[in-house]
Amino acid sequence: MGVEGIGARVVRKEDKRFITGKGRYVDDIKLTGMTHAYFIRSPHAHAKVKGIDSSAALKMPGVVAVLTGKQLVDDKVGNLICGWAITSKDGSPMKMGAWPAMAPETVRFVGQAVAVVIAESKNLARDAAEAVVVDYEELPAVADMQAAIKAGAPQLHPEAPGNQVYDWVIGDEGATDAAFSKAANVVKLDVTNNRLAPNAMEPRAAIADYDAAEEHFTLYTTSQNPHVARLVLSAFYNIAPEHKLRVIAPDVGGGFGSKIFIYPEEMVALWASKKVGRPVKWTGDRTEAFLTDAHGRDHVTHAEMAFDTSNKIIGLKVKTYANFGAYMSLFSSSVPTYLYATLLSGQYNIPAIHAEVIGVYTNTTPVDAYRGAGRPEASYLIERLMETAARQLNVDPAELRRTNFITQFPHQTPVIMAYDTGDFNASLDAAMKAIDYAGFAARKAQAKSQGKLRGIGVSCYIEACGIAPSKAVGSLGAGVGLWESAEVRVNPVGTIEILTGSHSHGQGHETTFCQLVADRLGVPISQVSIVHGDTDKVQFGMGTYGSRSAAVGLTAILKAMEKMESKAKKIAAHALEASEADIVIENGEFKVTGTDKAIALPMVALAAYTAHNLPDGMEPGLKESAFYDPTNFTFPAGAYICELEVDPGTGKTSFINFVAADDFGRLINPMIVEGQVHGGLAQGIGQALLEHAIYDANGQPVTASFMDYAMPRADDLPSFNLSHTTTLCPGNPLGIKGCGEAGAIGASAAVINAITDAIGKNNLEMPATPDRVWRTIHAA
Amino acid sequence: MYQTTYHRASSVDEAASLFAKSSEAKFLAGGQTLLPVMKQRLASPSDVIDLAKIKDMIGVEASGDTLTIKAATPHYDVATSDAAKKAIPALAYLASLIGDPAVRYRGTIGGSIANNDPAADYPAALLALDATVKTNKRSIAASDFFKGLFTTALEDGEIVTAVSFPVPAKAGYSKMPHPASRFALTGVFVAQTKSGEVRVAATGASQNGVMRVSAIEAALKTNWSPAAIDSVSIPASGLLADIHGTAEYRANLVKVMAQRAVAAAG
Ligand SMILES: Cc1cc2nc3c(=O)[nH]c(=O)nc-3n(C[C@H](O)[C@H](O)[C@H](O)COP(=O)(O)OP(=O)(O)OC[C@H]3O[C@@H](n4cnc5c(N)ncnc54)[C@H](O)[C@@H]3O)c2cc1C
Repeated sequence: MGVEGIGARVVRKEDKRFITGKGRYVDDIKLTGMTHAYFIRSPHAHAKVKGIDSSAALKMPGVVAVLTGKQLVDDKVGNLICGWAITSKDGSPMKMGAWPAMAPETVRFVGQAVAVVIAESKNLARDAAEAVVVDYEELPAVADMQAAIKAGAPQLHPEAPGNQVYDWVIGDEGATDAAFSKAANVVKLDVTNNRLAPNAMEPRAAIADYDAAEEHFTLYTTSQNPHVARLVLSAFYNIAPEHKLRVIAPDVGGGFGSKIFIYPEEMVALWASKKVGRPVKWTGDRTEAFLTDAHGRDHVTHAEMAFDTSNKIIGLKVKTYANFGAYMSLFSSSVPTYLYATLLSGQYNIPAIHAEVIGVYTNTTPVDAYRGAGRPEASYLIERLMETAARQLNVDPAELRRTNFITQFPHQTPVIMAYDTGDFNASLDAAMKAIDYAGFAARKAQAKSQGKLRGIGVSCYIEACGIAPSKAVGSLGAGVGLWESAEVRVNPVGTIEILTGSHSHGQGHETTFCQLVADRLGVPISQVSIVHGDTDKVQFGMGTYGSRSAAVGLTAILKAMEKMESKAKKIAAHALEASEADIVIENGEFKVTGTDKAIALPMVALAAYTAHNLPDGMEPGLKESAFYDPTNFTFPAGAYICELEVDPGTGKTSFINFVAADDFGRLINPMIVEGQVHGGLAQGIGQALLEHAIYDANGQPVTASFMDYAMPRADDLPSFNLSHTTTLCPGNPLGIKGCGEAGAIGASAAVINAITDAIGKNNLEMPATPDRVWRTIHAA
Repeated sequence: MYQTTYHRASSVDEAASLFAKSSEAKFLAGGQTLLPVMKQRLASPSDVIDLAKIKDMIGVEASGDTLTIKAATPHYDVATSDAAKKAIPALAYLASLIGDPAVRYRGTIGGSIANNDPAADYPAALLALDATVKTNKRSIAASDFFKGLFTTALEDGEIVTAVSFPVPAKAGYSKMPHPASRFALTGVFVAQTKSGEVRVAATGASQNGVMRVSAIEAALKTNWSPAAIDSVSIPASGLLADIHGTAEYRANLVKVMAQRAVAAAG
């Protein structure tokens, strides 16, 4: 592997600039003549916009323009799209209402923009925004999903009667019913998967710069996938054709899914920049982030699991309501369907599954993919069900899982997914050993003698990552392919630039991607740089989400490297007068195997560019590109076990131990993997104990600041005890599965299973706040 | 934030005269409350008069049976002050629980009590320890100072200069932090004065701000022990309720925090 190759714990190259404050984020960029945008947002969850009077604002100092939703629609800027078509069980397409980037007529959630002030400074824009008078006629609003689907509920979109977007099913209902009719035991559970606000550290921002002479736009934006942004902005929003639109996503301070989507603000900035003839900058603040970044999760589910007499699962029925908020965000439709219900088999052999998912509109912020996207909801449901079943069937929860684990691979589940490999017993073994599962009963008794309620909770998760085979997602309704591209440029002096369609916003690609190059060529990573996040530099790419950057993006780099190496070997063989088959690459040199003849990479590169002495017919240069489309999803899996204590007086939870045994396939940089797991676990534990985006009955957000929305902090979390049990992914040559979301997918069930074990009551919703736990303990 | 004029006062008198000259001035201490409110444009003072650099307003001193904390002393200084830890360890401990390190480095006792947030920690200590608030005009007993949510006995332009605490025989503080803000979801300060009086104050609980808890005081007066509180019942009516704590939960916390504060006090 070498000191900087695959598997090495290399310190992150990018951290020097981040920790010395030299990162270059969108808000750090200042263009000549730049103006500033401030959005006027609806204070109502549902209202008609009867009029907007900007006459006073237009007279205020520094105001360049006040633009409204009506002007935007008049200029034929397209409505926001949802890129994954879902078909209901009756065969009808999903029912969507229009989402203009600023509302011309009706606002449907608090925070929806109705107009924008463009001024010489942000403060002047904000001053003027206060002078814009918007005449609203309030309409009845509905924020609660269950209320929204009741007859007589306020209706959001005429296109979606009953506020229903779709009623979608998966699996074999007949086979599932038949299994239930034979069941020895049926376990039932109702669970709510709480709505979360993603809260990337850097709020969203955009700068749009229109060049009238060239009729060309440049957009700097906080995006996880700048090429997809350019595609959507040009193909659907009529902003500009692709060759007249450059999208740059520079350093981006976290995304967690929320920066996948194309939002109204960047569309408006582009449109406004052309209108005012100057660059327009918008930087959101934290309140705007709470109000307008797509939220995550928000499911209500009833599930039933059927067991035979030997405690084997014979069937699973699930009915889920998914809250989409007021509009269908870019990938929202796929999250509670193909990213959720396809994982309902968990790690278990379940012969029959049937799931129904009903998508619902409410007067709340739109909901879309958030770290894990559908898979945390599936994993939480299944792992809560397994725990409930173990309690009801009176068997050890770890044992019940083992009884049902899938042990033969490949394994076709009844819900589309074909698991390629795994060893679920191995990860459970490792986790149980790490936490001394066998000694738990004694520890529980000891804690009891000190007045503490101790509990242990297991969660065995599986997820589908590395999304995805383009053909497969295309057949399921996706509007895009999900391959990745790469280009390897060896410069004339032998340094290397890797251009990738993946985008790093905290993942450490600038280090891990270099490690692959170091591994193959034996050059130090300082000789390699990673170029990403600019549509003018990088050929088309799909971006970073769904733990795909290593499994898909890095594999694309590998493919391009192989092509480059093959050409370089030919050049080396020619120079060394050897056979190409005898050339090996070691320590930055091309060697004739078994001899001391060698030529260093810089000399090969120079030869490629001087082209004085290349093999006959060879083109000059040393640059190759590749597109890689995976053949299957990857299936990271693992076992998490949490041990904690509950203080019966206050209901407060304190962690004793948290162990994670993950199978991510091959690890490129174990240190970065650990960081990804730590962050994911923090978010999973945050969901279990602290985080909840709440609306009151009228659709007013109750948690729109950090004073109310409880983000997990370091002292809310235990020290994690991590380990890896590895089965290599057969689907890609590097054997990588992905590690970006696992923590967030597996952690919450472990925590809730442990708390409910501690307090001896099974029904407890997330977040398990001290108040909620205390009330559950003391409930009759 | 709206436009404002910033002044750095070098003495209490200068601060008072600057205030008198301005149309709608605000004093600024740690800025942990005032600045966020200004940034959200919910306050728009014409002038901001900074007290935090006035030397006479910073420091912790013990003399005889009194511990004096000057008003612009940040929470961190109180938490780490040898004088405070020796005279009233529960008070230094309380300061160490406020917010997070950034808040403790900036926020001040004067700002905290002048603001009188119903979930702030210091008001419970002032009330339970029967402290005296010193201003540039007068001395005010803690029990007369706190007047309900975000209201105090301070007059317009009056500056808190110090708070003096009689050193108690025993004191303890216990706090259940609000999961998001880290203010007190409920915090209880218990004290036994040197003359034997028992005073118990709860913050974060009542809809009217910091309050004495007479039922617990009575129980502790007969028997200074956590067990003495077992039989006390705290009504939920009149208590705060929000997404992080129902009124019933807070009623429970008043009791449980009081028991833990007594245990801590010894
Ligand atoms: C994230 C966060 C968490 C917090 N957590 C806690 C907590 O756990 N517990 C807690 O008790 N508090 C908490 N606080 C509040 C903080 O501790 C400060 O005490 C409080 O914000 C006010 O103090 P300050 O010095 O910052 O006052 P400022 O914000 O400067 O001023 C507040 C008000 O008091 C007035 N004022 C200031 N000094 C004087 C004076 N000497 N005389 C007269 N008027 C004056 C100002 O004019 C203003 O109206 C928290 C604050 C934040 C931001």
